[in-house]
Amino acid sequence: MIAALRARDERVFAELMRMYNASLLRVAQIYVASRSVAEDVVQETWIGVLNGIDRFEGRSSLKTWIFRILTNIAKTRGQREGRTVPFSALERPDAVPEAAVDADRFLQADHERWPGHWASKPEPWPEERLLAAETRAVVERAIEQLPPAQRAVISLRDVEGWSSEETRNALGVSETNQRVLLHRARSKVRQALEDYLVEAR
Amino acid sequence: MSASIEQLSCQELVEVVTDYLEGALPDSERASFEHHIEGCTGCHEYVRQMRETIELTGQLTPADLSPEAEAALLAVFRDWKSR
Repeated sequence: MIAALRARDERVFAELMRMYNASLLRVAQIYVASRSVAEDVVQETWIGVLNGIDRFEGRSSLKTWIFRILTNIAKTRGQREGRTVPFSALERPDAVPEAAVDADRFLQADHERWPGHWASKPEPWPEERLLAAETRAVVERAIEQLPPAQRAVISLRDVEGWSSEETRNALGVSETNQRVLLHRARSKVRQALEDYLVEAR
Repeated sequence: MSASIEQLSCQELVEVVTDYLEGALPDSERASFEHHIEGCTGCHEYVRQMRETIELTGQLTPADLSPEAEAALLAVFRDWKSR
């Protein structure tokens, strides 16, 4: 791919864009506020890739290199926008505690027999509704509403199907932090599905 | 190991479910996790829902760049190529 890109093969460039544009957009949105600025950042990234490909030394994978270019551009744009770069979202995601499930779903810690056990346990989801298009729309909306770092991680891992290592490299986060972000994102999407699929509790 | 088996409450289990699915739990905690979901219908269902959530998320179509932006990039490419 690197050789083909250096040889100015347009099909390979188009293929690379198809492979990475969605993920590049998600990662850019960690750093910049709007979708349109994120699109600009992705455009600038590809320009950077083209301008740099002849000098790319292959010390990292092409993918990691592309995402590093993106992150640098996105950070600069975010700073120019006066946006506090959310380092904490990536570097200290557990600084603010977040429960996967509301505490009131569980019996209280001082319960005499079953502290911390389900007071209102999850009920099985109706199989036929899981397959409906509306259910997928619920998942999509839940992901859109996530904080950007969580949204980026779940998009790369579960929508794109990347490994945890690929995701860590693209975002420049530790394994633990990647997992914390993934956990919070998945927990919220599960909750949104439960809210939608289980009418009255 | 056996000491920790009874100690994982449902409220704690839902916080380590991703560690479990990612294979990141130490052996002893993994055993305690599995022991718990065998005997607890609520947590058994919860883990199943997390798996269903992951599967549903995997069926989404990734967001994409607008067609205009993509066309603009192909133009940039052609410009770069002719340099």
